[in-house]
Amino acid sequence: MTNVRDPKAERLLKAWETPKGWRYWSAVNNSEVGLWYTLTAFAFFLFGGVLALIMRVQLAFPENDWLTAQQYNQIFTMHGSVMMFLFAVPILEAISIMLLPEMMGARDLPFPRLSAYGYWCFLIGGVFVCGSLFFGVGPRGGWFMYPPMTTEYQTGVGPDIWLLGLSFIEIASIAAAVELIVGVLKCRPPGMRLNLIPLYAWYILVVAVMILFAFPPLIAGDLLMELERALDWPFFDVERGGDPMLWQHLFWIFGHPEVYIVFLPSIALVAMIVPTFAKTPMAGYGWIVLAAVGTGFLSFGLWVHHMFTTGLPGISIGIFSAASEAVAIPTGVQIFCFIATLLIGRVTKSVCLLFVLAGLATFIIGGLTGVMVAIAPFDYQAHDTYFIVGHLHYVLVGGTIFPIVAGFYYYYPFVTGKQLSERLGTLAFWLLLIGFNVAFFPMHYTGLIGMPRRVYTYPAEMGFEIPNMISTLGAFIMGCGFIVLLWDVFRSKKKQPYVKRNLWNAGTLEWSGQVPDKPWGIRSIPIISTRYPLWQQENLLADIDAGKFYLPDAEEGLRETLVTSTVDAEPMQCLRVPGPTFLTFFAALFTGGVFIFSTYHWWMLAGICAVCSFVTILVWLWTGTANIPEIESKDVGLGLRLPTYVSGPGAVGWWAMFITMLGDMTAFISLVFGYFFFWTVHQEFPPIEFDGRPVVGPADPWPLVAVGVGVLAWGMVLLSRRWNRKTNPILFIAGSVVTIVLAMVTAGALFWSAYSVGMDPTHHAYSATVCALILWTVLHIAVGAVMLCYCLARRLAKRMDHLHDADIVNVTLYWHFLVLTISITGLVIAVFPRVA
Amino acid sequence: MRKGIRKHDETKPTPIRERVWWIAIAPSLWAIHFLACYLSAAIWCEKFSSERGNTTLHGLVALYSLIAIVGILCVAWVSYQTLRRGNHAVPYNFDDPAERTHFLSFTAFLLSVLSAIATIFTILAFVLVGGCD
Repeated sequence: MTNVRDPKAERLLKAWETPKGWRYWSAVNNSEVGLWYTLTAFAFFLFGGVLALIMRVQLAFPENDWLTAQQYNQIFTMHGSVMMFLFAVPILEAISIMLLPEMMGARDLPFPRLSAYGYWCFLIGGVFVCGSLFFGVGPRGGWFMYPPMTTEYQTGVGPDIWLLGLSFIEIASIAAAVELIVGVLKCRPPGMRLNLIPLYAWYILVVAVMILFAFPPLIAGDLLMELERALDWPFFDVERGGDPMLWQHLFWIFGHPEVYIVFLPSIALVAMIVPTFAKTPMAGYGWIVLAAVGTGFLSFGLWVHHMFTTGLPGISIGIFSAASEAVAIPTGVQIFCFIATLLIGRVTKSVCLLFVLAGLATFIIGGLTGVMVAIAPFDYQAHDTYFIVGHLHYVLVGGTIFPIVAGFYYYYPFVTGKQLSERLGTLAFWLLLIGFNVAFFPMHYTGLIGMPRRVYTYPAEMGFEIPNMISTLGAFIMGCGFIVLLWDVFRSKKKQPYVKRNLWNAGTLEWSGQVPDKPWGIRSIPIISTRYPLWQQENLLADIDAGKFYLPDAEEGLRETLVTSTVDAEPMQCLRVPGPTFLTFFAALFTGGVFIFSTYHWWMLAGICAVCSFVTILVWLWTGTANIPEIESKDVGLGLRLPTYVSGPGAVGWWAMFITMLGDMTAFISLVFGYFFFWTVHQEFPPIEFDGRPVVGPADPWPLVAVGVGVLAWGMVLLSRRWNRKTNPILFIAGSVVTIVLAMVTAGALFWSAYSVGMDPTHHAYSATVCALILWTVLHIAVGAVMLCYCLARRLAKRMDHLHDADIVNVTLYWHFLVLTISITGLVIAVFPRVA
Repeated sequence: MRKGIRKHDETKPTPIRERVWWIAIAPSLWAIHFLACYLSAAIWCEKFSSERGNTTLHGLVALYSLIAIVGILCVAWVSYQTLRRGNHAVPYNFDDPAERTHFLSFTAFLLSVLSAIATIFTILAFVLVGGCD
């Protein structure tokens, strides 16, 4: 064990100390934030589960009037939304934030404050969305919110709560994705090459990239629908040239990858549990990476299989049906790897493994019915029936819930130092497994005999009574299983002794922590040369504890971790990560205020919150990011000296900006997709006349002027960065000021192109789409200008200089994407109508 | 315990097969092919199929498919050649640059095979369904 009287260890402990008392809530360390995240997501899961039981009570008897149709609609909408947006995605991020740094021997993720901000956003948004149900104003449009039902027929505030509340949470999800991608790629321990990283990290990398490309289309869809609901811009109004199918495309481009976004991280837990209990390394490491990456890609080619009955051309259906079959290949490969590992290993019995096996079996059944509904003629029959409800729950419970419960049992000692009861666990297992199958297997039959989904009751003598009653009984048995699990998790364990270190005798690095664990993550960051270092590297734990590896000390009292290269994990930087702060909480609170007050159209309060949010985030960035260090480099141990400040592609901040902008670009491309979607569905687009008025487009030549000036502004940004590096602050300041002026001219030209000809976004879908593209671009130009003002201020305040230029380098990267946005917008709205 | 480790040198160029994105090329080709086929079919079926039939659409799909399949095969071939170099056995789990390269090549090769199968699935949809309806 480490001697904590060792001054090095004491300094390290002091630097990573968890705040006490009320300041505990200012913690940003991955252990605390990950734990809060997990518990909050689990609380939302229980809330969603109670909603499910209420639904099952309502459906137990025919013609039941316990709930009204309106209440039932709110409850099923919230059940789906809570389970997907407030449990399934956040829990994966929560577990990853908690586990990933420990698996990679990192002290923390590279942006701990971003994780904390994401958590507070999630909590505030989740409480807001769930709370609506208690006031009877919850959304009623299903978790997919299809228009025109949610735009024309539901005029209450429910859909706005869904759109704004969940958009807020989606932004938090993207923030977590950025954190996790950079974490996996740049914060591995020295020596942990790509062929050695834990499979969990591979899965999380794939999933985080998927989030980056899947969530933005939904955010774009949310934006369009909120513009329609709040300002009457007719994107989905058929009478004014809109089309509800656009929403379906945007929703399902998100919605189908979402299934794999929640499945893969859970399977990642399986990939960690199976080798431990089989006492052997995972068979087919490369094959599993194939499966993770392959599934990640193919899952983006399936979205139309949710739209088979919408009248799309036969060939479109054929293409998506084929892809839906193809995804079964990588999905199956990983399951074979797990089975092979269990076969070649010496398996020990455990509740974790029981849940893993139940999960695999259940998922396979759900997968097989998935292959059935991927065949279009069968889907025509089963669509919107209880067969689908049965199928999706087999996939989600088998692929997500059971593995997560297995993960709870497996990682509980890692978090608390105590063990859950194997006896209670076995009881919970059987209750959950039997309850689940009793509840959901009959639904396949109920669906095949014709019971539709999303109905609050059904007539007697349709043959639905008995299977529905059985399903309700099963649901309550399942509920009992969760009560046992809950009791086991939260019962007092004060009298129970701490478990031994590395309780399960696992091989991966997260089990190197002492019991009870110290807040430093790991005593010293080791050199890794194997996939299962605790099994395969001799004397590793003793050397870690003795502080023989990297960063065993915190001489300056700062929190530090290592940044390494992407492929071979060669050390590149000693990264100082920020410590506890309430700034992230307030930033999330004010950002939440913007979304929540906008829902009720309380624009004044929303505006005040926006200003407060802006100022808080600015203070956060100003005080906590890219600060010039007091020493240029430091000895991190073993004779290695590393820089403390890096800018450009070697820096984690640069990667975060790059990854964020990929997501931002995806949202923008989704808007552009909307423009071309309308072009395909209209005989004449842009239309010449509509509703007795001419449909005007943007005035020439202003969009092209905007493109020209935008390119000039981008060129000036490049020059400004260069002048800054050449230690010429005057030229840098002049260049930045000119860029800001040019940016304003660009935004003005775009605005003028619509305003000068009196474009009315409520007139026709064409006008609305053009205005949406202009709005998006102008907002991004404004952000680009603010960023330059920030860099100017940093330079003047001597917080940025020619050597420490991460701010302007990252802003330049933003401008690369911005110039692309400006160019695409200008060319699409000005040139395409001429050539179409 | 090993003493120290090589520090990262930004100035040294990294061979292409030692970059992580090498494994994403074949599935990206599948994705581009898939999207091109879907968008072409969607636009063609909405705008042109009633007047001009589906011959042009099939021609376009054949062209996309040829490019995609050739591209995927190239990735598979390069990966396979790298894989066969040296005497390395799976599971490529040693701390050695060659092991890492073999792992990346092995995964890239497997993903090429999967991408080829998925691309053929897309082509089959055109062969079996034929037209827009």
